[in-house]
Amino acid sequence: MSVALQTFDLCKSFGGITATDHVDFTLAKGARHALIGPNGAGKTTFVNLLTGVLRPSSGRVELKGEDITAVSREARVGRGLARTFQINQLFGTMTPVEMIALVTSERLGRGRQLLRALDRDAELVAETAEILARFRLDDIMDERIATLPYGKQRQIEIAAAFAAKPSVLLLDEPAAGVPEAERRELMAMVAGLPEDVSVLLIEHDMDLVFRFATRITVLVNGHVLAEGDPDEVARDPAVRAAYLGEHAHG
Amino acid sequence: MSEGSIEARVQRSLYAARRWHPAEIMFWLLAVAAFFLLPRQLLILNEIAILGLFAVSLDLILGYAGIVSLGHAAFFGFGAYAAGLFAKHASADPLAGLAVGMGAAGLLGLLTSPLILRGSDLTRLMVTLGVALILGELANSLGWLTGGADGLQGIMMGSVLGLFEFDIFGKVAYLYSLAVLFVLFVLARRIVGSPFGLSLRAIRDNPLRASASGVPLHWRLVAVYTLAAAYAGAAGALLAQTTQFVSLDVLAFHRSADLMLVLIIGGAGYLYGGLIGAVAFKLLQDVIASFTPQYWMFWIGLFLVLFVLGGRELIHGGIKAVVGRVARLGRRSPT
Repeated sequence: MSVALQTFDLCKSFGGITATDHVDFTLAKGARHALIGPNGAGKTTFVNLLTGVLRPSSGRVELKGEDITAVSREARVGRGLARTFQINQLFGTMTPVEMIALVTSERLGRGRQLLRALDRDAELVAETAEILARFRLDDIMDERIATLPYGKQRQIEIAAAFAAKPSVLLLDEPAAGVPEAERRELMAMVAGLPEDVSVLLIEHDMDLVFRFATRITVLVNGHVLAEGDPDEVARDPAVRAAYLGEHAHG
Repeated sequence: MSEGSIEARVQRSLYAARRWHPAEIMFWLLAVAAFFLLPRQLLILNEIAILGLFAVSLDLILGYAGIVSLGHAAFFGFGAYAAGLFAKHASADPLAGLAVGMGAAGLLGLLTSPLILRGSDLTRLMVTLGVALILGELANSLGWLTGGADGLQGIMMGSVLGLFEFDIFGKVAYLYSLAVLFVLFVLARRIVGSPFGLSLRAIRDNPLRASASGVPLHWRLVAVYTLAAAYAGAAGALLAQTTQFVSLDVLAFHRSADLMLVLIIGGAGYLYGGLIGAVAFKLLQDVIASFTPQYWMFWIGLFLVLFVLGGRELIHGGIKAVVGRVARLGRRSPT
């Protein structure tokens, strides 16, 4: 098994609270992996440690075998680690064309060009068009993002992360708040991502998780409670007690 | 719909943002026409051009990168003193002096940029204000160099390109300032339409997503702050050269505050806002001062309050309508 992303004994505490507790986690290359856990289990903290928004108290993060613990967030994107956000983080005044062009231009290392016109850059134009087509954003590509319906914005959220051509893609509750009807289309898009992209899905919705993931990690109180394929996890008594059981009551 | 056509549409969309709009061409033609139509107003037109350039500078950091500043006069004043001193002690050539003013202010921008990288808007307001105050006090106390409260006197400017002597009516002054403004404006317009410019807008819109898209926030902010400082320095240099005098006033707080006002009147984030704001501000100042010379700040204050509370949409809506009409004319005329 080839490894895409790995953590070693990763810890993060805020004052007296341990949000991430000695986590050893492995994301295989090409994985469709889900990270689940009840509210406050430390999922978001974990993602923030992986992407460099937070620095760990101790432990190590490796991307494709290279230690990236001390690497800045933007440099991690350059190395192939992209993410979406649980709450939309978009460029509201831009159009989808501009937003995807921005991500593409940074990936192609164009960001330091002060005088080049965007539309004269054939590679930039071609790759921007490809992303817009893949995520079916071409019909709304000239609308201001802030004025688009929520479901479309969620799509742009994923498209923008994918435009960075990541080898590892972290999806933080991609379907959160999306109406049921659009949810299917959105998850079909996620399922249709190229196989060589390793995907870690952080999700609340068990339906989505069990439909999408071939491997599941359960996080409770900052530590890994269980890990395995969906059947194993579903059968695990500790998981049922800590999470699924509690979920069923709610 | 085929992939190829999407590509063509992407290209068209990206091109649309940098296409020269008929209203823009009209604007610059009017600026040139003003030279012929208002021969007795050239001194104030020169001031408008300089204020416009200064406002473009603030727009680069405020409108595009989202950096607020209450001390932008620091760079304006630094550029003015640098150009003034250069003319007095080194060379009377205007373009060399302009380059020196821009370089000096740009360097100051580069050196002070670490101060504005972190912190909230409030921190930035205070830090920029502080830098300008420090510089103002330095200029005041270094009387042997700057002339202190008497101002920097004895500047003798040479002719522009060795051809055009400055005159008392401001003919050469206005054309010189307008030419510099135009060149720097076109450059700024090009920069904001570049990949770099797009990344600035990304930072302004959402720094979190910008960094998650691979944009190195700090370096981009340092770059645009330095660039904007050089622009402000150019405006200061123009003032020093065309008036052949530099007073402490170039670093005064009111200059930074007025500038904010100019950009609020004209609107931030599309470069022309600074120019339109400069015209409106100077006209307002002129009109009000003609009937109440002592209390014009009172009226400006009242105008500001009303404008920000509700008039802004009204006026900007009006501008948009005019621009739209010009665009339709432009489209119709070739046929």
